[in-house]
Parts: sequence; structure tokens; C-alpha cells
Amino acid sequence: MMNGSTILFYTLAALTLTCGVLSIATRHIFRAAIYLLFSLIGIAGLYFWLSYEFIAAVQIVVYVGGIVVLIIFSIFLTQQAGEKLPKVRLDRGLWAILAIFSGFALTMVQVLQHTFPAGDGLHPVTVRQIGEKMMSTTEGGYALPFEIISMLLLAAMVGCIVIALRSKPETT
Amino acid sequence: MPNAINIALIPLLPFAGFLLSGLFGRKYIKNFAGMLGTALILGSAILAIYTAYDYFFVYGKVDGVYQQFVPLKITWLAFTKDLSIDMGLVIDPISVMMLVVVTFVSLMVHIYSLGYLKGEERFATYYAYLGLFTFSMLGLVLASNIFQIYIFWELVGVSSFLLIGFYYDKPSAVAASKKAFIVTRFADLGFLIGILVLSYFSGTMDFQELIARLTSPESNEAKAAAASTFLGASALTWGAALVFIGGAGKSAMFPLHIWLPDAMEGPTPVSALIHAATMVVAGVYLVARLFPVFALSTPAVLEMIGWVGAISAIIAAIIACTQTDIKRVLAYSTMSQIGYMMFALGVSKYGGEAGLGYTASMFHLFTHAMFKALLFLGAGAVIHYVHSNEMKDMGGLRKKMPITHFTFLIACLSIAGVPFLSGFFSKEEILLAAYHSNTAIYYIALVTSGLTAFYMFRLYFSIFWNKPYEAQGSHHGHGEGGLVMMLPLILLAIGAAGAGYIPFGELVSSDGKALESHFDIAFSAAPVLLGLTGIAVAAWMYLKANKKPENMAGSLGGIYKAAYHKFYIDELYLFITKKVLFNLVGRTAAWFDRTIVDGLVNLTGNTTVLVSEGIKKFQSGKVQQYAIYFLAGVVLLAAFFVYIWK
Amino acid sequence: MEPGLYHILTVSIALFFIGVMGFLTRRNLITMLMSLELILNSVNLNFIAFNKYVWPGKMDGLFFTIFIIAIAAAEAAVAIAIIINLYRSNQSIDVTNAEDLKY
Repeated sequence: MMNGSTILFYTLAALTLTCGVLSIATRHIFRAAIYLLFSLIGIAGLYFWLSYEFIAAVQIVVYVGGIVVLIIFSIFLTQQAGEKLPKVRLDRGLWAILAIFSGFALTMVQVLQHTFPAGDGLHPVTVRQIGEKMMSTTEGGYALPFEIISMLLLAAMVGCIVIALRSKPETT
Repeated sequence: MPNAINIALIPLLPFAGFLLSGLFGRKYIKNFAGMLGTALILGSAILAIYTAYDYFFVYGKVDGVYQQFVPLKITWLAFTKDLSIDMGLVIDPISVMMLVVVTFVSLMVHIYSLGYLKGEERFATYYAYLGLFTFSMLGLVLASNIFQIYIFWELVGVSSFLLIGFYYDKPSAVAASKKAFIVTRFADLGFLIGILVLSYFSGTMDFQELIARLTSPESNEAKAAAASTFLGASALTWGAALVFIGGAGKSAMFPLHIWLPDAMEGPTPVSALIHAATMVVAGVYLVARLFPVFALSTPAVLEMIGWVGAISAIIAAIIACTQTDIKRVLAYSTMSQIGYMMFALGVSKYGGEAGLGYTASMFHLFTHAMFKALLFLGAGAVIHYVHSNEMKDMGGLRKKMPITHFTFLIACLSIAGVPFLSGFFSKEEILLAAYHSNTAIYYIALVTSGLTAFYMFRLYFSIFWNKPYEAQGSHHGHGEGGLVMMLPLILLAIGAAGAGYIPFGELVSSDGKALESHFDIAFSAAPVLLGLTGIAVAAWMYLKANKKPENMAGSLGGIYKAAYHKFYIDELYLFITKKVLFNLVGRTAAWFDRTIVDGLVNLTGNTTVLVSEGIKKFQSGKVQQYAIYFLAGVVLLAAFFVYIWK
Repeated sequence: MEPGLYHILTVSIALFFIGVMGFLTRRNLITMLMSLELILNSVNLNFIAFNKYVWPGKMDGLFFTIFIIAIAAAEAAVAIAIIINLYRSNQSIDVTNAEDLKY
């Protein structure tokens, strides 16, 4: 039945997949980054369509606004923006396509054959619920992973600074 | 009944001496080691004499037959229920007799060495080695198990090696000790194979059982051993012959005699102990120990033993006539006398009157120990006085060394077979036994006894008469040696003179029963006359210094030269080892080892390297390749678990 | 037809394999990183889909997604740092110039 929801879904899916394919196939690196950006926006849209607004927002803020920007910065830092990327070698490409298609077929067959148990209706998820669950220390609470993630982010931050630090020239 | 502890102490006392002098001699005991060793051996000798007295006169004889007792038997290594290597002590006539001989001669050598090696830096080490040797020899004599005798056999070889090479900074001594060890070891290979053959077929290693099983004609073992043949001779014959080869090596029988003359490089008391009285008779002892097997089951081997002994006797006698080193003369004399003992066993049969050869051989062993040890110790005294081994540096010593002269004379008369001394009695018995069995051997023995008298008195006259003595070089005019060196000579001279009167036949015989010793004047006339002729000829040539020896040597020409060079047997051996063995066998073996054995080992190494070179391509450093492997692995696992593992 | 679980799963799986393809084929380190992001996003979509259609009462899938996003961010940052460092030493961000860790 063709209704708005269906059309929306198919549009978003097409956007995501097409931009994904273009992102990995194009020979201009900057364009690849932009295509990635659009693909991620498409995924955010899919989250919206699934009525998980919070996740969609997080996706846009972190992924689109953070990671893609970071990637673009790194492209500039390594002066790659102008040149074209080399072409993919034929044999490599062929093997890769073969592997991918076979993997895809295998997985699809498995998924389509399997009957998943149906859920019980819709439960809208509010930000309040997410927040309470995140901070709760009782059964099913995610306070501990939250703390651990914060440690991880700290470590990543420190690590990045250390790795990218330019060593000071020796004072003679 | 035999007291196991007393008897076990007899070898253990000198072993204790070895341990004490060996471990602590250098630093703590030093010169006291001599007294310590001597005291321990004195204890052993007293115990041995007591054991002998006890055995022969108190408990040994049961129903007129001397029994074999085994007071101690400890199972050491058990292969099967029947076959095991035991450590045990056996007491029977010959082992008791050997106990007395070994401890007595060892005691004399210990006392003598106190004077001979005084001032020697490695005094304690010497006494340690002497203790080790005495322990090994006593253990050999008391062994109840054929493997035990082999163990002590090797120990004796090792001690002999240590003692011959005592002066290790002399290259000739080192070479001599090596030669002795290698030749005897080579013979011991035959011995070991013989042990294995005999014990395999008889199913046991114990002497009593082995003899019982292999000599009774109905036993399964004897039949099986006689039935399986190898190159025409039965397994039993091979086993016995191989065991004899081991004995021949140790007893310096032809052609394995080459080590004995060279072994004179050791100190003279060592030669007296090892190469006169004890170690070299080990082969004779072995044949005597296994005599029932030889006599009853393998008479062919016994005949071979007889011929080997006779040939050795006469060859050694011929060579001894030409040698100028007094110790070499005595060495060849030893070889000749042991040849006598061997062929005496060879012509003997088992049991009763026909077993005369056995008794005669053991009797000669006993008397020979006395006078040969005396001869060596006397020679040692002479060498000590003159500082040289060669006959040309001696002469006219009878006034300077009276005691040595007198005792040496007694020993020479004894070995020449002059009546009323011990050698006469034992030699007569041997000749009698040979006459009754094998006339050819009898004539060889007769000629040899004449030669024996000749070369012994050649030696005697050259040392003590001949030319008047001029001191060579820096000769400090000391006497012939102190009491410690003279006392053993006197004691041994008493033994050499009087031992003949022991009624040996009643004590030691092939089957344990008493044997009447005959004394036939008519029969003895021939050897005695021959002996006296030999003495006379020697006196004619050597009593005064003259040109007769050189003239005779010149006229005999080639024969003399050959005998002087010991019939070139050493050169033959050297040729065989160097040209034949080293080139043919040695080089081939070396090639095989280098190319094939090492090649195989290298091959495994190289294969490993090749495989690893192949495997290491997996770690190429390419991230995307790693990702492919990842993915492929995951997909395969997924497929496996989904489709195959339901 | 009403898009259901299977449709979203199809999208997710397709996106995953597109990402893998990109990772295996591309030679530039940054483009490899981009493909990696695609893969992670496909996984996120998967979690959310299951959370909505199979276990709507629970929120575990949602939280997984949140944490995966956080981790992906941290990982991208560290990866960029490494790439920049590599660029400094090799003057190139071609993956074939970074094969030193081999036998």
C-alpha cells in the first residue's frame, strides 16, 4: 500500500545506499566525504522514520557534525583535496565484488528464512526515559557503561594529542 | 659357614682406602696415605687368610668334596624373573686361593711402595689407585654372577690404565696406558658378546646356574644352545670362544699380547702387582671359573685354549731371550708363564685324575704369583739403585745388593724349575698333565721350559755377575734400599721357596674332590735336565763379560733380528689400524656421518625454514589483506555453523 | 507493502557490504576510514531495527547504538591522529606505503 510512510522509507533508503556506493566509488576524495555526509543524513532520516528521534539527533550532531567535519579537516591537513585518487585495480575489484556479493547473498538468505518474533505494539521512547535508564544503577541500568565510555573518551582525547604532537625542536 | 661380612670386608677395605686417599689424599692425608693403604690391605690379607683357613680346613669340605658357597647374593637389576644381574660373593677353592694371592701380593707391593715411591709428589694418588685396583681384583675374584665379573673386569682395566699411566708427563707412559686399555677393551667386546650369548641360552647370569644348565646334557638350555649354529659352530661354542677371547686379552695371550711389554712404563711395584700376579691371571681365572662349560660342553674351545696358551708360551720365551730391558724380559716371561697356565687348563679334562691340568694350572698361578712378584720387586730395587732399566748399565751387583741378589736368585731358580723350589712342583704337574693329553703341546712346553731357564739366568747373570759394577754418572752411594723394600722381598722369597710343599691337589681340583699329586722321578728327569742345561748355557755366555752373545746373535742373523723386534707384531697391528681401519672403515664412517646423518638433521632444519618462509607471507603488512582474511574467516565460520552444524 | 523489519534489515546488510567493499578496495587511508564509518552505521541501524520491531519494550538496542556512536567518534579521532602522524613520516597516506610491519 503506497502511503507517505512507505514512500519516505524508500526515498531514505535509496538516498543512503546510493550515497554510500558513490562514497566508496568516487575518485575525488572531497566528494567522497560529502557523499558520506549525505549517507549519514539518510541514516538519521531513517532513525526519524523509526520514531527514534533522540538517536537521530545524536547521529546528526556527532556523526555528521563531528566526524565528517573531522574527516574533512584531515583531508585538508594532508593536502589531498585536489588530486584524484588512483583507479581501482581490476583484479582486486573483481575479487572484492565476488566476495561481497556472495556474502550478501548468504546473509540475505539467512535473514529472509528466519522468522523473528513479533514485538508487542509500539512503545514511544522519550528522552526522559532514556535519561532515567542511562543513569540508573538498578537492574538494566546503564550507569556503569556510561562511566566507562567517559573514560574511553578521555583516553582517546589524550591519545590523540600525544600521537599528533609535533616533537619540539631541540634547543641547541 | 662363611661369614658374609668378613668376606665382604676383604674387597671393601681397600675400596675404603681408595676413597679416603683419593678424596682427601691431596690435601689432608698426603704421606700418611701409604700407611693407611698398607694397614687396610693388611686387614684384608688377615681376613683372607682366615677365610682360607676356615674354608679349607673347617667347613668347606662336605663329604669329601669342596663345595661352592654363595654367602651373599643381592639382586641388582632384574630383567625377568630368572635373568637378573646380582651382586654376590662366591666362596670356592679357586676364589679363596685367589683371595690369598691377591691380598698377599698387594700387601707386599703396598709395603714396598712405601720405600720405592718415597718423595713422590702424587703419593696419595698412587695409593688410591692401588686400593682401587685391589678392590676391583678382589671383586672380580669373588663375583658370583657373570655380569658382575664383567663389571669388575672393566674396573680392573680402568685401574690398570690409571696405574700404567701414572707418570702422565711421560708420553711413552700415556701411550702405553692407552694401548693397554684399548687392546683389553677390544677383547672385552668379545667377552661381552660371549656373556650375552651364554646368558641368553642358559637363561641366567648366575655362575652356578649357568654352569648347571649348560653342562648337563639333558637340559633344554644346553640342547638349544647346541642346536642353533652360526657359521658351522654351535652357539655354545661361540659363546665360550668369545668369553675366552676376553680372557685372552686380559692375560696377554698371543695375538692380544702387545700391551703387556709396553705396560712396563708404569712404576715397578705396579708391574709386580698387576702384570705379574693379579690382573694378567684374570683370564686364567675366568676360564677356570667357567671350566665345566669349557670341558664338558665345548671341548673344541678347550683345545683351542690349549694351543693358544702353548703358542704364547713359546713365542714369549723366544722374544725374552733377546730383550735388553730387564722389565721387558720379565714381561715376556710373565706372558710365557701365563701361557703355561692357559694350556694347562686347555689339556685338562673335568673330574678326577684327568682334571690334573686344572689343579696344575691353579697351582702354577699360586707359585708364579710369588716368584714373579719377587722378580719384579727385585728388579725394581735394582732399577732404583742403578737408575736405569738396561742390562748394559748393570753387572756385578751381587756385592752391592746382597739381599736382593739372594732373593732374586731364589726366584730365578724357582722359575727355572730347579728341584725343591715351588716352581719345580707346579711345572712338573703341568708337564705331566700335558704329557697325558697332548704330546705336541708337551714337547712345546718342554722346549719352553729350557728357554725359560736360559733367559732367566741370562737376566740374572747380566745383573749380578758379568762385568764389575761402575757407577754411571752421578750416583749417590746409597744402599740397596731400606727395610720396607727388603722385607717384601724376603717374605716373597719364603713363599717362592716353600709354596711348593702345599698339598694343592687336596685343596683345589676341577670337581672339588681331592687329587693325588704324583711325583715321578723318571718323568721329571727330562725337564730338570733341560733346565740345568739352560742355566749352564746362560752361565757360559753371561757369567763373565765376553763376546759370545754378540757372536751368537750375529750367527743367528735373521731369527735374532725378528725376535728382537718382537716378531714385528706391533708393526703389523699399526699397519692394520692405520692403513686398513682408518682409511677403509674410518673414512667411510666419517663420510656417512657427515653426509647422511648430518644431512638428515640439516634437512629437517631446512624444511622447517622453508615452511616458515612460506607461512610468513601471511603477514604482509597490508591491512586490506588482513581484512579479507578476517571476513573470509567469519563468513566461513558462519556458513559452517549455519549449514553444517545443526 | 508496509516496510517492516526485513526491509530495514536489507538496507542495513546492503550498507554493511558496501562499507566492506569500500574498505577492501580503496587505497587511501581516509577513504578507508569513511568506509569503516559506513559499516558502523549499518550496525547501528540493525540494532535500532531489532529494538523497534522485536523488543519494543526494552531499550537495550538503543543504548548499544548510543555507545557505538560514542566509540566510533573516539575511534575516528584517534585514527585521524594516526593518519596525520603517518603523513608526517611518509609524506603519503596511501595504504601501500604503510606496509612496514611485515615479516
